[in-house]
Order: sequence, then C-alpha cells, then structure tokens
Amino acid sequence: MKIKGQLIIAAAVLATAATFSSCNKSSTAKNERSQNAQDTYVDPGEKDEYYLFYSGGHSGQVFVAGIPSMRHITTIPVYAPYPATGYGFDEESKKMLGDYTWGDMHHPALSQTASKYDGRWLFVNDNANNRVARIDLRDFKTHQILGPIPNSSGNHGSSFVTENTEYLLVATRFSIPLPKGRVADLNDYEKEFNGMVSALKVDPKTGEMSVAFQILTPPFDWDLGSTGKGPSSGWAFWTSYNTEMAHEVLESNASQKDRDYSAIVNWKAAAQAVADGKAQDMGSVPVLDPAKVPGIMYFLAIGKSPHGVDTDPSGKWISYGGKLQPSVTVVDFEKLQAAINNKTFTGDFRGVPIVKYEAVVEGEVPVGLGPLHTQFDGRGFAYTSMFIDSNITKWKLPPWTDDEKKDLNKVVLDKVPAHFSTGHLVVAGSDTAHPYGKWLVAMNKLSAGRHINVGPSQPESSQLIDISGEKMKMVAEAYTEPEPHFAQILKVSEIQPIEAYPKAENKDPNAVWDKAQTGATRNGTSVEAKVTAVRSRFVPDRIDAQVGDDLTIHVTNIEQTRDMIHGFGLIEHNINLVMDPGETRTFHIKLTKPGVFPYYCTNFCSALHQEMQGYLVVANTGQTMPGAVYTNGAGPAPVPDAPASVPATTNPVAPSPVPTP
Amino acid sequence: MKTRIANLLGREFRFLARPINAWSRLLLLLAAATIVASLFFPLWKMHLVAPQYSDGLDLYIHSYKIVGGGLNGQHLVEINNLNHYIGMAPIMQADFLEMRWMPFMFGLITLLILRSVVFGQMGNVVDLFAVYCYFGIFSIGSFWYRLYQYGHNLDPRAPMHITPFTPLLLGTKQIANFRESSYPEVGAILLCVSVLLIVIAGWVSRKEPAV
Repeated sequence: MKIKGQLIIAAAVLATAATFSSCNKSSTAKNERSQNAQDTYVDPGEKDEYYLFYSGGHSGQVFVAGIPSMRHITTIPVYAPYPATGYGFDEESKKMLGDYTWGDMHHPALSQTASKYDGRWLFVNDNANNRVARIDLRDFKTHQILGPIPNSSGNHGSSFVTENTEYLLVATRFSIPLPKGRVADLNDYEKEFNGMVSALKVDPKTGEMSVAFQILTPPFDWDLGSTGKGPSSGWAFWTSYNTEMAHEVLESNASQKDRDYSAIVNWKAAAQAVADGKAQDMGSVPVLDPAKVPGIMYFLAIGKSPHGVDTDPSGKWISYGGKLQPSVTVVDFEKLQAAINNKTFTGDFRGVPIVKYEAVVEGEVPVGLGPLHTQFDGRGFAYTSMFIDSNITKWKLPPWTDDEKKDLNKVVLDKVPAHFSTGHLVVAGSDTAHPYGKWLVAMNKLSAGRHINVGPSQPESSQLIDISGEKMKMVAEAYTEPEPHFAQILKVSEIQPIEAYPKAENKDPNAVWDKAQTGATRNGTSVEAKVTAVRSRFVPDRIDAQVGDDLTIHVTNIEQTRDMIHGFGLIEHNINLVMDPGETRTFHIKLTKPGVFPYYCTNFCSALHQEMQGYLVVANTGQTMPGAVYTNGAGPAPVPDAPASVPATTNPVAPSPVPTP
Repeated sequence: MKTRIANLLGREFRFLARPINAWSRLLLLLAAATIVASLFFPLWKMHLVAPQYSDGLDLYIHSYKIVGGGLNGQHLVEINNLNHYIGMAPIMQADFLEMRWMPFMFGLITLLILRSVVFGQMGNVVDLFAVYCYFGIFSIGSFWYRLYQYGHNLDPRAPMHITPFTPLLLGTKQIANFRESSYPEVGAILLCVSVLLIVIAGWVSRKEPAV
C-alpha cells in the first residue's frame, strides 16, 4: 500500500517535470499553431473568402475549394463522365465529350477584361486530346468543349487568355507530321514534324470559342506560356524543351543544350497578317509560316529546358523557371522590344530571328534547384516553386540596386519548405494587373505519406501559405485527388452564380412543367416520354415500350428551389440523369432486353425520396401490355421483320390494343 | 323618465345632424387617401422558418392577391409543395373569394368617405365608421375561416397525417419543423390609420354648432 503510494507520487512528479520541460519548448509552436488555426478556420455556417479552381489533371475535372479553409466544395466535370451530377449520361454532355471519356487538364485560366478577372468564364485545356473547354461561372458548368484542335498534338501550353479575353493562346507539347493523319518516319523527325501555336477566338458575348489561326513552328516541345499586358500588350511567350529535336530517349537527348528557345509571339501582328491574307490553309485553318511572315515570332534562348514562363503584373518582367539550371531568368520586355525593333539578333532558326540574350536579360536569380513556376503578389515580389529543393522561394523583382546586381543572391529573400516537390503554385490574381496577394497555394507533386495511409494510390498535397508578411508562413494543407497542376483563385464576392435555373430561361423544346403535358408518345418504333420531377414523384411513373424500340426520355425538374436536385437512375441501363432545379435533361437508348426496370430519384431530395420511383415496362416485341398508355393514342410498335407465318394479333394503329393471348 | 329619454334621443338626433368642420373634411380626405395607398402594400405577412429554410419562406396577403416571397414568388410554390405532404390544398389566389370583394368594399368605403365630405354631416361619419368596422371584422373573420378550412380539409391519402390545425392569424407558433409568424403589414397598418382618422374626424367636430 505504502509502496504503491510512493510510486504514484514519483510518477506524478515525473509527469509534472516532463510537462514543464516540454511546455517551454512547445509553447511557441503551440501559439503559432493556434494562430494558423485562427487564420484558416472558417466557422460552421461561415463562408470562405476565395474560390480556388484546381485543374484536376488526368481526372479531367475541375476541383473547387475554398480559401482559407482549403475545403473541397465541389467538382466541375469537364472531360470525364461524372455520375454525381449526371455529366456524360445525358445527350448534351455526351455530345460535348464526343469520343473521349477522359482528358488531361493542366492550366485553368479565368477570363479577363482589362487584365483583371471579370468572373465570366474559366477555360481549361486538355493536353491528351487537344481540346479546350469553357466553364461558365454563372452556373459552374461546362458549356463548350472545342477540339480536337486541328494541326495540334499535346495541348499543354494552354490556355492563356489575352488581356480582354480576345483569344486563348495555346501551343503544342508534341510535334507530329502535319496535317494530322499524315504518317512520316520518326527518323525524319526534324524534317517532317512540326509544332503549332494556335489562337482560339472567344466570342465576347457568349464565350463561344473557335479556332482563329495558327503559327507553324519547328518540332520543339512547347511547354508553358504567358500573355503580356501593359508594355507587353499584344505579345505572348512560351518556353520549350527539346530544341535538340530528339525523338527518342528525350530524358537525355532533349537535355543536351544549355539553352532552349522561348517563342516570343506578337499575336496582334499575327492576327493582322491573317487578316491581310498572309496565311495558308491547312485543314481549313489559316496557318502562318513565321519564316515567310516576319514580325510575328522571335526566339530567345533560355537556360535550361525552362518550364514555366510568367509575366509580372506590370507586364515589364518576364520570368523563366530554369528547371535544369538553378536560376530564374528575368527578361526586361522593354529591352526585348528595343532589341526586336533594332534587330539585335544573333542569327535565325528556320527563318525565325534569334534575339541577342545579353541585350534583353536583366539577370539570372539564383533561387535554387528545380525552379518551375513563378507567381507575383503585385507588391514587387515573386514566388518560385522549387521542384528539386522542394520549397517556395521568395525573391525581389527588378529594379535592383547595383549592389544587388553584383550578387543576385541578395534579392533572394525567403524560403519555406513544401511537402513535397512543388509543381505549380498560384498567388491569388498573379496573372492579372492587380493581384489580390495575401494567399499562395503550393501544389505538390508528392505527398509521400504525409496524410493518413490510404494505400499505394496516393493523393496530391496542396499547402496554403500566407504571403502578406515579410516572411512566408505555411498555415494549412489539404489533399486532392490526382492531380492538380495549375489553379486560379477568384474572390468570392466578384461573382453571383445562380442557384436554380429560372423557368423562363429553359428553352428546351421538350421541357414540360405540368402534369397535363407529360406522357409517352409512340411513332413506329420510337417512344418518347416527357417526364416531370418534383418532390416526391415522377409524372408519369409508368413508361411503356418494347424490345427494339428507340426510347428517348426527357426529364424536367420543375422545382425552382435551390438544392432541390433530382436524379433519374434507370436500373441496368447505365443511365443516371441529374437535373438541377429548372433543368431538362434527355437520354436516348435502344431497348434490347425485356423486363420491368424501375427508375428512381438518385439525388436525395425529400423525406419521401425513397418513394420517388417509377417503372419502365419493356415488353417483348409484339407483346401488348393492357395498361400501356400513349398520349398520342398509338398502339404497340409494329412487329419488326415478323415472320410471315406468325399472324399479327394486333392492329399496329389500333387506339386501344387488345392484349395478346 | 319620458322626458329624459326624449332628451337623450333629441340630443343624439341633433348630434347626428351636426355639420362637420373643414378639419374633419380634410381628415376624411386623408383617410380616403390612406385606404387607396393601402392597396399598394400587403395587408398581412406570413413568415415560415425551418432548419432547411433558414432565410424563411414568406407569403404576402394583399387585398386582391397573394404573393410569395423570393424570386418570381417562388416561396408560394415552395409552401404549396411542402403542404402537399400533409394533404393541404394548394394555396391559390382563385380560391380566395375575399380577394374579389375586398377591393370592391374598399372602393365602396372610399365613396362613403367622399359622400361624408360632401354631405358634411356627423351622421354620415357614423355610418361610415359602422360600415367600415363591420367590413373590417368580417374580413378578418372570413380570412380566419379560410385558414381554418386549409388546415382542416386535409387529404386523407396524404403521405403524412397530422392533427388538423388552423394556421396562425396573429402571433408566432411552432408547426412541425416550421416556426410560423403571422403579422399585419404596411397595408393593414394604413387601414388602421384610416379608421383612426375617421374617428378623429368625428371627434374634432363633436362641438360644432348646429346650423
């Protein structure tokens, strides 16, 4: 008893001592932690301040998160079917997706007016199938997928909007024999293959995209791009790797040169040249050859296999991420412009003038290993993602003092570790003339076990960094499905998306709004049903057809209340429509198997959601169902190719069919 | 005793025959204007709040129409949508007979006011007051009965069975997951003001000498 008591006292003393010693060590960390929590915590019922639009990489989708909470809020399906919202199951979205059920989305771009986000559209590229899509921020839905873009392969350097969203400028990562479909031997890569820079016109009212013109390039691998503004208005810049023009073992063969060409494109001059008829037709696209049309493209050799290129908010400084060299190269656009005007060239490559490096480069900032992308806060600072060093490096944009110019290490101001291997990073509004600053999100390529263990298929990590102070401060992290590349940040207060589709806006000719208009009609072997969905029933809740019929069903959600979303899942037919309030969706199938197939509401709507169901009766060919009703009074379908020996027991046009024995 | 009653009746008769002064006429005209103004505002507002409807659903009752709150009057559609679960008939303007005769009655009362202004006798004001009060009380009673009917004629085949109830006319009450508040709106307040103006119009002429 006594011994036990002593033991307890000893244990208590030890515990107290331990608490005291650890308390001193950890109190700073603890304070910091509670400060970070306060900075990023969004109370239940409160809202985030910014939207974060992640590109979803090869998931083909856009993920929308909130900043500062970093919570995933929704997914906008773009290039892949997404049963959660019925995307890719109804006729309209199926048509948009075309032959593809995936895409590889890298670089989302918000539309701009006067180099500022105007909150209208979000454009996203597809590297895999050479497409670009437009999401309307009024309803957060994909409204157009353009492509595959002709004469292009590997739409990676995409999509970059011009100052007033006149064009989306895109460039090819892969070169192929052009026009598409032509086959040439890989040994003739240099001679037979080409890349392309394309300008996609954006209708200023509707946002509808179309291919405007293209510029033929040598078979380099164009990587990232950036559009100009202010002094660099009307220009765009791309990085490339593989100016070696290798077609095998690119890992080493495309890394032989110390510098690769950046393409400097005067898109306004190019548009003018097309208007002046200087383009040649290729696959019904006007294509400009920069060797024959001077003034539209220049090359500048940048070290080494550079990845990102980013124009600062003033439009004067262009920074290139060195990737294979430990520095960011900063180009002064005004000097570049002067060099072009004065023809300060060192030669040409296939007729494209090469600008003299020394005449235009302001400096190579020694940021560290693996610099990829740079973003700007609008206060004269730049932030570069370091893939190999795995950190974010803050440095100062020019103008630099003479002292700094002598040793550019002095403009490198701060580093914060990232976990791990950051690819893209985004500063809120960096690609506009007026960044919001404040927040930076580092999108890391490896999470490498920082999260709870979910097996070998691992998510990506994103880290939120507060850049409002002198020193960067990492305050939160989040995980997403594979795989965010670039992202865009938009202030929540700048858009007012709708929460239901107004009835008056529904122009679908097959929309029905009340019971009297609903029902199925038969014309020959085509059965078409118009259905309403409302809490908690479908009208009609019986649809009749038979094997061999072409069945079309239009479902209108006649609700106008936000979040009253209904689904239409059809058992064993791979159909799931989801209708937002006020929306009409259509699907079309050929019926191949007899049976009674229930359909039901898949998106939980009300206390009687389970009861929201109906039946598709698929009779055998020629079999009549006494309860079948067609609002146009048609009988069952005629028996297709009925053997002559089988007597027709029903009159195909009889208004009230007699059941077959 | 006989003389006493005769005196009282005589006084009353003289009072009713008393002319009203310019102030009274002005106040009566103001009362008429107030009634006309009330037509531009809802008389009553019902406000329903539930966890799922934290901003609330609103129903505005005018003398001649019912308007739901929200975009395009969506709240009325929503309320009807919810009510169908308990078998309540959809609230439709066409079912409110009151909305046909109430504007007519307001017109009639306005005419009676103008009549009082022109004829200028205390008796007219008293008539007016009596008719107006009767009309007011009848309207509220009729409206209450309408609510009673909505809450008591529930479809027996409705998915949810609840004890029949009368939606609240005045005050705040919890019905299932909804907190219902029902209060007069600007229109009703204007009508009360018009009644008050009529009373004051009579009061300021109470000592007006007989002609």
